Amino acid sequence: MSAISAEEIRREFLKSRIGLAGIGILLILVITSIVTVIIIPGDTFKQWNNPSYWISFPKTSAPVWVNLLTFEKIPEHQILDDPIVNSKKSGDISVVNHQFNVNFDYDDFPNDFIYEFTAKYSGSPLLQMSVIRPDGMELDLLSTSLPNSKTTIIHTERIFSTDASIKKNLFLQKEQFGFPIDKMSSEDVIFSNSQLHGVQKGNYIFLVNLYGVQTENEILDSRLIIGGKAFGIMGTDELRRDLAIGLLLGTPLALFIGLAVAIGSVVMGLLYGVYAGFKGKKTDETMMRLNDVIYALPALPFLIILAVTISNSIFMMVGFLMLFGWVGIAKVSRSMALQIKTKGYVEAAQMMGQKNSKIILKHIVPQLLPYAMASIAISVPAAITTEAGLSFLGLGDPTYPTWGQILHDANIYGAAPRGLWWWIAPPGVMIAITGLAFVFIGNALDSIVNPKLKKQ
Amino acid sequence: MGLKKFIGIRLITMFGVLMATLLLTIILVGSNMDIILKQGIGFQVRAEIVENPAIAKSFSSVAEFEAFVQDQIEQRTKAFGLDTPWYSPQRIGGTMYKILILDFGRATFLTSDSGSSDIRDILLEKLPRTILLFTTATLIISVIGIYLGALAGSKAGSKIDRFTSTFAVISSSFPVWWIGMIMIFLFAFVYQIFPARATPSIPPSDPGYIAALLYHMTLPLITLVLIGFGSWAFLVRNFMIGIMQEDFITAKKTMGISQKKIIYSHALKNAAPPILTILALSLSGSLGGAIITEAVFDWPGMGRLYFEAITVMDLPVIIGATYVLTVFFLISVFIADLLYGYFDPRVKTGQ
Repeated sequence: MSAISAEEIRREFLKSRIGLAGIGILLILVITSIVTVIIIPGDTFKQWNNPSYWISFPKTSAPVWVNLLTFEKIPEHQILDDPIVNSKKSGDISVVNHQFNVNFDYDDFPNDFIYEFTAKYSGSPLLQMSVIRPDGMELDLLSTSLPNSKTTIIHTERIFSTDASIKKNLFLQKEQFGFPIDKMSSEDVIFSNSQLHGVQKGNYIFLVNLYGVQTENEILDSRLIIGGKAFGIMGTDELRRDLAIGLLLGTPLALFIGLAVAIGSVVMGLLYGVYAGFKGKKTDETMMRLNDVIYALPALPFLIILAVTISNSIFMMVGFLMLFGWVGIAKVSRSMALQIKTKGYVEAAQMMGQKNSKIILKHIVPQLLPYAMASIAISVPAAITTEAGLSFLGLGDPTYPTWGQILHDANIYGAAPRGLWWWIAPPGVMIAITGLAFVFIGNALDSIVNPKLKKQ
Repeated sequence: MGLKKFIGIRLITMFGVLMATLLLTIILVGSNMDIILKQGIGFQVRAEIVENPAIAKSFSSVAEFEAFVQDQIEQRTKAFGLDTPWYSPQRIGGTMYKILILDFGRATFLTSDSGSSDIRDILLEKLPRTILLFTTATLIISVIGIYLGALAGSKAGSKIDRFTSTFAVISSSFPVWWIGMIMIFLFAFVYQIFPARATPSIPPSDPGYIAALLYHMTLPLITLVLIGFGSWAFLVRNFMIGIMQEDFITAKKTMGISQKKIIYSHALKNAAPPILTILALSLSGSLGGAIITEAVFDWPGMGRLYFEAITVMDLPVIIGATYVLTVFFLISVFIADLLYGYFDPRVKTGQ
């Protein structure tokens, strides 16, 4: 084994096209991770499993760019929180009016609609909701009074399209439609043509009026959500979570898991192997027998048992993966240490009475560094896929949205048989791309460090 | 002589590993298992009393009744040997001995298809299915892999060689179970050719069960082959490239023996030892990897059993299945070692 200087490795590496491709992908992933950590508030991390955080997002909706590829435009999810506000007062009666303009230009009905508001009032004001459709028809949706209160209070409420009184109100206006509406959901009626059941495209105006008698009322916060079937760049999952955020958060996690496990196990294996090789004799024999035992343990069943019985926190998982990762590297570095041990300068250092630890760290380990670098790069993909596999089985850390975790949820909700491709494909592709980056770098390094492979 | 000693050492190591695995498993699940077993005894005693009202009537006070229940629970706990902690040497020794003679006990929740909760029955039912799927897959993979690898290796740098290498690197980057999900999406949702769930819906007693099982097996099998043959071909290619540069091949070429004959009879014969070793190893490796793949396809084998046992924390099943998986793993490692030893002249001559 000949020593290669760092400069030589760098020069050779820059010549390798695969290696550079790997570095390129890795750079993109690292930049993505940094951007993710900066732009996505740390809060979102903790909110991943909090259903109420995602409530205003749609369920299992496709990415919006799907509309660019198909003729039938599926409705996009619209969250409107900037209404036109008017308030009037005549005599005792005051009216606050919020107006939402919805441009609906799709070939399918929306999933639902939700009106969310926070009002500050006293007494028992009346809330009225109506819609003016593109064909000019005006439909009354709801008139309800807010809970009575003697003092001024702040009240938050969500009105869903499934609300029974909206249905009843629509049913009372059934003669405006040329088809029976009693079995249809509210949104299918509101967004339909009046004579034949089908989507009516155009501008809808949703009006919300809050009437108060002798009091001043205010709507502090007002939001209309038209539940669509398409949302965001990557779509959403069954729990309404934005998959783009999940995928982004998964990037730094995957890099952390992969690199931590790879570096940890290579360092452990290297020191173990070098020590055994350097000491030789009985020590070597015992250490290598232990190595054999761990080598022969079936890793996956054990990882599963460890995750179930001890802990499934992401940091413990990294530790468990290290426990099974160092064995092969220990074997190789031992045999390398055996060779280096016989070199003149090591024997000289020994004769001069240098401490063993110093000889190992100063003279042997540096020689193995190029090999260690290649091993680290090569071990990363296995670490990432194994963690993803464990998460996929539901043994991962549920608090962190790793790619495996996303795929686990996808599998639980039957995403594949239901055809929710945007939930399945991207996490797997990300796992593969990350793995490939390290495989490329590892192969390039390996062919420099291992002259035998260079010939091919 | 050398070979015998070699086998001896390997056998001893193997047994050591088996014991270590068993011990580790028991240590890891032992404390939980005790709690579950004790709860089970409590339930059992109370259930018996509910079934037989005469027992409850024979007591005059609640305290007396409670004392009787406690006494019953303690008696049974002792009978099962649960009064000593799980880490006492006798109990660990006892459990290990029982498992060694393949007495795995009874499952807490899971049963076999025929309804038996004897773990041995469950394992005997699931094991053949896993072997059926994964051994078939490995054999198909190795045939395609050897053929493609030999072809690619004999024409290093050609189109087919580059295709094989690229395919190997890319296919091994994707997790098998993810490809499985994609395959289910493609062939069970988009083109409805195969069922999404690999468990046949008809009972095993039905005469058409085997056919149904084979039909349900197709999708997982295609997936395993698709993802597996690339890396095989790549390995074989690398051996072949080394061998094709040897002098005896060049000599054969100058003698005018056809290229095809050189590749498939002379070169491949020399590449056989490492290939056989890898075959033995990958047969065992496929059993371990089955856990996730079977979970995806819902294939009713060992892997899914393991997965189910974990989800409901059926610890006796976990111990039994780990043991069987380890035994299979060790046997194939041993065979691989033997093959390696047989082909490696240094081991043979005892140097």
